[in-house]
Amino acid sequence: MAGSGTAHLRSGDALLRADHLVVEFASRKHRVQAVSDVSFDVLRGETLGLVGESGCGKSTTGRAVALVQPLVSGSVLLDGENMAEVSQKDLRRARTRVQMVFQDPISSLNPRRRVLDSVMEPLAVWHSGTKPERRRKAIEGLESVGIDPEQTARRRPTELSGGQCQRVSIARALMLEPELLICDEPVSALDVSVQAQILNLLHDLKDERGLTMLFIAHDLAVVKNVSDRIAVMYLGKLCEVAPPEALYLHPAHPYTAALLAAVPDPDPETQVPSVPLVGDLPSPTDPPSGCRFRTRCPLAAERCAEEEPQMREVAPGHFVACHFALEPLQPAGTGVSRSQAP
Amino acid sequence: MRFLHRRPHLEFQEASELEGPLLEVEDLHTSFASPRGPVRAVDGVSFSVDRGRTLGIVGESGSGKTVLVRSVMGLLPPNVAERSGHVRLSGHEISSLSASEMRDVWGNQIALVFQDPMTALNPVVRIGRQITESLRLRAGLDRKAARETAIALLESVGLPSPARRLRAYPHELSGGMRQRVMIAIALACGPRLLLADEPTTGLDVTLQAQILDLLGSLQRERSMAMILVTHDLAVVAGRTDEVAVMYAGRIVEHASTRVLFSRTRMPYTEALLRSIPRLSQPSHSRLRAIPGRPPDLSVRSPGCAFAPRCPYVQERCRRESPPLRTAGPGHKFACWYPVGSSEGDEALASNLEARVPAALTFAGRPELRAGVVSASKSGAG
Repeated sequence: MAGSGTAHLRSGDALLRADHLVVEFASRKHRVQAVSDVSFDVLRGETLGLVGESGCGKSTTGRAVALVQPLVSGSVLLDGENMAEVSQKDLRRARTRVQMVFQDPISSLNPRRRVLDSVMEPLAVWHSGTKPERRRKAIEGLESVGIDPEQTARRRPTELSGGQCQRVSIARALMLEPELLICDEPVSALDVSVQAQILNLLHDLKDERGLTMLFIAHDLAVVKNVSDRIAVMYLGKLCEVAPPEALYLHPAHPYTAALLAAVPDPDPETQVPSVPLVGDLPSPTDPPSGCRFRTRCPLAAERCAEEEPQMREVAPGHFVACHFALEPLQPAGTGVSRSQAP
Repeated sequence: MRFLHRRPHLEFQEASELEGPLLEVEDLHTSFASPRGPVRAVDGVSFSVDRGRTLGIVGESGSGKTVLVRSVMGLLPPNVAERSGHVRLSGHEISSLSASEMRDVWGNQIALVFQDPMTALNPVVRIGRQITESLRLRAGLDRKAARETAIALLESVGLPSPARRLRAYPHELSGGMRQRVMIAIALACGPRLLLADEPTTGLDVTLQAQILDLLGSLQRERSMAMILVTHDLAVVAGRTDEVAVMYAGRIVEHASTRVLFSRTRMPYTEALLRSIPRLSQPSHSRLRAIPGRPPDLSVRSPGCAFAPRCPYVQERCRRESPPLRTAGPGHKFACWYPVGSSEGDEALASNLEARVPAALTFAGRPELRAGVVSASKSGAG
């Protein structure tokens, strides 16, 4: 699994290029490497889905890209510009190019402020335009996310539903016209019916504004719906990078296959698959040697403990970091067969 | 310790000796007082669960499913304005029992797995004591026997190194492990009916699958009945015998799981099913979202509560509330223009012609987002 390498990076001009990101958290006793040598790129207008379980480091990766999480090493290149070299003075301005939408829609808005004020805030911070102009722009922003400003602009977040709050958060994130929008589990706290509304809204906004997105979630069905390319993450490393259809039809990494099998199918005729994935994520303070997925992997062999797998291409645009990548003809969720790495 | 020697108020017969369903709920009403008038969270709900069977209860946030579960358990907050109807367990009326009488029912007969294990577990008490508490009080085990039973319970819910975990506090466990502990506590006194209220909401899909598998296998081993409450129809699809769909405090469709999914009658059930993102859909396919949101339960409108969001809505739906009708053996639904009927097809076609926003969204036409706003306006009452 979870291996390193940069084979999956594309040569063209990517809007975002994350190179060998390493993020550590240190306490008195432990050092936790939450993100450990992760590289990826996102082309302009593309949506990259980043999927993995809780604790795999996907949110930390998002925060690192948003320049709110200091890196131990590695670099974030936005449109070719290395963000690590931006001076402290210019960093605030640089951050406006990347905006975030968070998981819990209600707590990500200030409960004591009115909706309109929260949406106007980013403009006010940058003294953009006069106050009436800012107000007009915020009202337009609310309208563009399907919120009726007349009815809602004067309300406070507690008076709104979770779905409405998430729309407001999206409007706020778009106020400064960012080049990259990072959505960190934007729908996992919402009901399925509301989730569909928000996912459709993100589609529309992407079409209208040509947004580039990094979409972080744990549910592969949700990620597949919005993404042009999907990266699967496990315990601080990437396991597999592929286009959505290829990932679903021919998952090459055993972890991806397990994630696919875990998505509940709304059809009583399908057999509920027995989950091949047992146990919890190992502690990131003491990650397994070699391949980090080996402790839960049905294919693990001796080699996996000794040697860390590197990203390699198994099909055009389909990259995997596994010594025993599944034969790329296995339909989702079925048994596992072995094909020795070349 | 005083409960140890207390004489039980109720004598429950062995399950095998009984005839009739294990749990019967009849015309249950629960409403809360609010400044804007009574909020009818549960508004005339009836269903029954047989021994060893699983019922799924599905609905959006605010549909009253959690209040329903708590009404069955007799665990309601003090601001209840009105509560009526019958809850019978093995033939005994339990809705009129006092809290002290309900102690014979809680744990021994019905147990509840709460939605959020972090708030349901006591953060300052070790896991071991939280499990052995009911074993010592209810089952009357001594300290050593209770400890051994607790270890066996933790083992049966798949917690690694259970003996060591007894000394852990809830914050030392991961979300999945805490939910396993919750299940172990619920199972401690061998209940006949397990109520699981959104047991996997907030967990990752991988953990969700593990916890649902665990609940299923424990249920088979112990031949318990189970009510699985969730907002996601996909969760109940492969794991229940029957499903009841709730909307605005009422059951709007109830059928065996296969029938509910294959011969859906109620437009709300259909809409819920269509809003789920599926792996088999190509990426970037437009999801069929349900416009608007559930109605305000403090406002009583004359017609069908789903009417403002329904693609099939007709004049009659706004005037008259549809009764629960029978569509086949064990299949009930509440709709004037059901899915798959000629009236339903005509209603949908005429709405499409009239460009009703809900119908356009349903048909997957590029809806105006303003349409969604106006639907939510009327939806909010």
